[in-house]
Amino acid sequence: MAQAHNVLAHQFDDLEQQHDAAQLGMWAFLATEVLFFGGMFLGYAVYRYRFPEAFAHASNHMDIMLGTVNTAILIASSLTVVLAVHAAQHERRRALVRLLALTIVLGVVFLGVKLTEYLHKYQENLVPGLNFAYIDDAARHSAIFFSFYFAMTGMHALHMIIGIGIFGFLIRGARRGDYTGLYHTPVELAGLYWHFVDIIWIFLFPLFYLLGRHL
Amino acid sequence: MIALKTYYLVFGALLVLTLLTTSVAFVDLGEWNNVIAITIAVAKALLVGTYFMHLRHSYRLTLLVAGAGIIWLALMMTFVFADYLTRRW
Repeated sequence: MAQAHNVLAHQFDDLEQQHDAAQLGMWAFLATEVLFFGGMFLGYAVYRYRFPEAFAHASNHMDIMLGTVNTAILIASSLTVVLAVHAAQHERRRALVRLLALTIVLGVVFLGVKLTEYLHKYQENLVPGLNFAYIDDAARHSAIFFSFYFAMTGMHALHMIIGIGIFGFLIRGARRGDYTGLYHTPVELAGLYWHFVDIIWIFLFPLFYLLGRHL
Repeated sequence: MIALKTYYLVFGALLVLTLLTTSVAFVDLGEWNNVIAITIAVAKALLVGTYFMHLRHSYRLTLLVAGAGIIWLALMMTFVFADYLTRRW
């Protein structure tokens, strides 16, 4: 139990109590994140309610193919994360490092696709504030749609960049052998964070890419 | 602890639901397009939460905290739309 001795903070009775406290803290943080993104979802809902045609028309400028592929990539990265947590629980150190690295690769591919989309939007004059020229009577308010699009996907991308950084940090720890069957809380908590970011995208995808597709 | 097989099954279900929601978006179902898109998104979120985030095997206290986030969000949405949906001007 020398290992347990090193990682157990003095305010906890045992590793289990420490683990439960950490997990609860992470969920409390995620609850605040729900509200953080919730404000933007609410703003989106209000303006979409007020300008339904503009939103539907604007959403047809999204690349549904890239959006679907990116959704699949993010879901795959959630799978590699749960497999990483599983590997950590079973002390399979090399598998853990490989799965964390794979998660980073998938995250970077997602961000690369996102960047390509942003560049396309710039070339199509669809970036409010920087380069916007959408002259279409039915879509006079489409700038609002694109403002929400960039704010929400941008904030989502920022969360992913932070997550990728955390996984890099975990790889270093995993290489050092910090995580054992008894103690792998950091891997679990980073996993929770990543899944949360995945869930945000699961909602962003239909709201921005799918809504006016049938028109 | 959840078996690896469960993770792969959930992953498969999430991919199927993604293809489904994209395909349905091309069919004109009027208001139902929205309902279906949001229902599928909620189903996917529940799958991720239940299995990948292990809510199924977590303490009630964790469920309570996770639920609190959703409840406050629902309150915020409800009160704002109680206003917008009932405006007559």
